[in-house]
Amino acid sequence: MAVLDARRTPQPTAAERIPARYWVAGALLLLMPGIANDFFLYQVFGWAFILGTIALSLQFLAGYGGMVSLLQMSVAALAGYVVAILGTSGTASISLGWPWWVVVPIALVVACIFATVVGALAVRTEGIYTIMITLAIAAAFFYFTRQNYTIFNGYSGFPGVLPPTVFGIDWRRPVPFYYLTLGVAVVCYLVVVYVARAPFGLALQGVRDNPRRMAALGFNVFWHRVLAHSFAAVIAGLGGILLVWQNGQVAPGTAGLPAVFDILVVAIVGGLRHPVGPFIGALIYVLLRAFAPDVLQAFGMSGERFKTVVGLGFLAVVWWSPDGVLGLWDRWRALRAEGRDRLTGRVRR
Amino acid sequence: MTLASTNGPRLATASAGNALELRGVTKTFGALAALSDVTLSVRPGERRAVLGSNGAGKTTLFNCITGDFLPSSGTIRLFGEDVTRFPAHERIRRGLRRTYQISLLFGGLSVLDNVYLACRGVSRARFSLIRPFRSDPLMARALELTEAVHLTASRDTRVAALSYGQQRQLEIALALAGAPRLILFDEPAAGLSPAERADLVAILTGLPAHIGFILIEHDMDVALRVAERVTMMHNGRIFKEGLPAEIEQDEEVQALYLGGPGGHGHG
Repeated sequence: MAVLDARRTPQPTAAERIPARYWVAGALLLLMPGIANDFFLYQVFGWAFILGTIALSLQFLAGYGGMVSLLQMSVAALAGYVVAILGTSGTASISLGWPWWVVVPIALVVACIFATVVGALAVRTEGIYTIMITLAIAAAFFYFTRQNYTIFNGYSGFPGVLPPTVFGIDWRRPVPFYYLTLGVAVVCYLVVVYVARAPFGLALQGVRDNPRRMAALGFNVFWHRVLAHSFAAVIAGLGGILLVWQNGQVAPGTAGLPAVFDILVVAIVGGLRHPVGPFIGALIYVLLRAFAPDVLQAFGMSGERFKTVVGLGFLAVVWWSPDGVLGLWDRWRALRAEGRDRLTGRVRR
Repeated sequence: MTLASTNGPRLATASAGNALELRGVTKTFGALAALSDVTLSVRPGERRAVLGSNGAGKTTLFNCITGDFLPSSGTIRLFGEDVTRFPAHERIRRGLRRTYQISLLFGGLSVLDNVYLACRGVSRARFSLIRPFRSDPLMARALELTEAVHLTASRDTRVAALSYGQQRQLEIALALAGAPRLILFDEPAAGLSPAERADLVAILTGLPAHIGFILIEHDMDVALRVAERVTMMHNGRIFKEGLPAEIEQDEEVQALYLGGPGGHGHG
């Protein structure tokens, strides 16, 4: 465990511990606005970072806690709704017009409370039953928002929910919004990586592997799982707020069942083993969503069938690599290592 | 090196009475009574062996004491407090520990990580989102316990790569984390080589005097060497209690478990 290794010497510096590929990816992402056009910055990378952030909350629960929750999109949407209801939107009859710096923390707290309450119900079950109970609550949330006009404005939802102008920057413009989503995604990623090796994260992995043993070590397994839902809700909530700002609206469809399943697909395609997985999955998903209609039309098919392509892509990944793209990457590295001389590291001929 | 710990928020609440007191504990699974009207008292610091053939109810007894099973009837008091309906983690926080017949460890983590987790489990900061600093006293404690069970050389080894005997030793380290006052050892010598058994006996006899334990063990040599008193179980009931020498000489016990006078090995 890296955190415990701190006692050993000599230690590489923090910069040395970061693999070269991370430096390359970081530089590429930072310089992306100089390479990519607005469509890619806003619709591809912006959306991928947002979906990846929401899926990251699922990765934390499923990868480290062994709890596959289908609630993360509902939690994200709830945070988005709170931003629309308490902040500014096109539905002036409901929205209160509070400033963003008041609204955003409240949205995260509300999302957190919601996830904690639902988590307390969900963690009483395991496996397929957790999936079913969170799916049921996600469906209930969707129908509630669609039928409630007093708070959620029913079917119409809230149009005109825009990101604020801060420091004189309009954060909805493609380049600022790209950096905003990138910043949130990176911070959430680093927080999850850090917490995974902190006592809370380590214990969560212990709870995943052997809850009975963890109870016998003095851990309250029930509350550990519930608090994992609370923690994941903050990440999902941040993603939800960004999603609403990107779309400029929040409506029941934001938390509809297709969106709920999309988050699961994104997380599984990327891989649940490491926090980078959801972002890889999100990028693949967004690229398929963005370009599948064009490909289909090129073959004389309706662009409306892009979901079929997404579904086939999902099937292909889980068929060849049940642990997602990260699993493929691991196997490729293992194969490459097998082809090398163990002593010299040179490729055998 | 000392096994005394400063990490035990509830240690001060120890009562002057028995460490463990079971009154009429019964556990049934459908029509099967795994435990029937078990009454048992263990003094603080006492070392007790619980012997009996397979199916006698020894592990069920442990599971009831630790809270893995709720008894069908009867009461369990731990250091004077009625814990009959307490969940497992609440009993652990009151100084109870246990090891398992089949090692339940975290194979993907190192030896030190496992012990560190155990130290965290009985600390107040078990939900901490902050990684420990170098000066973390729990880390020092984890190193101390690793040394106590003779695993210092393997402290950075992944648990999955340890030998079976080393895993049993690690189980004991986990049980010693925090401020244990009563430890339940479930067949700690099972599967160990003679040398490892000698090591185990040294660890058990070297425990501080204030730490009592109850030992389930089929190896009579180990059990009778480390125990001050012996409780014999049969068909879910306690049928004999006494000093090791008394139990060893008891004709009824010999007939049932030792294969006749002078016999060794369990039935």
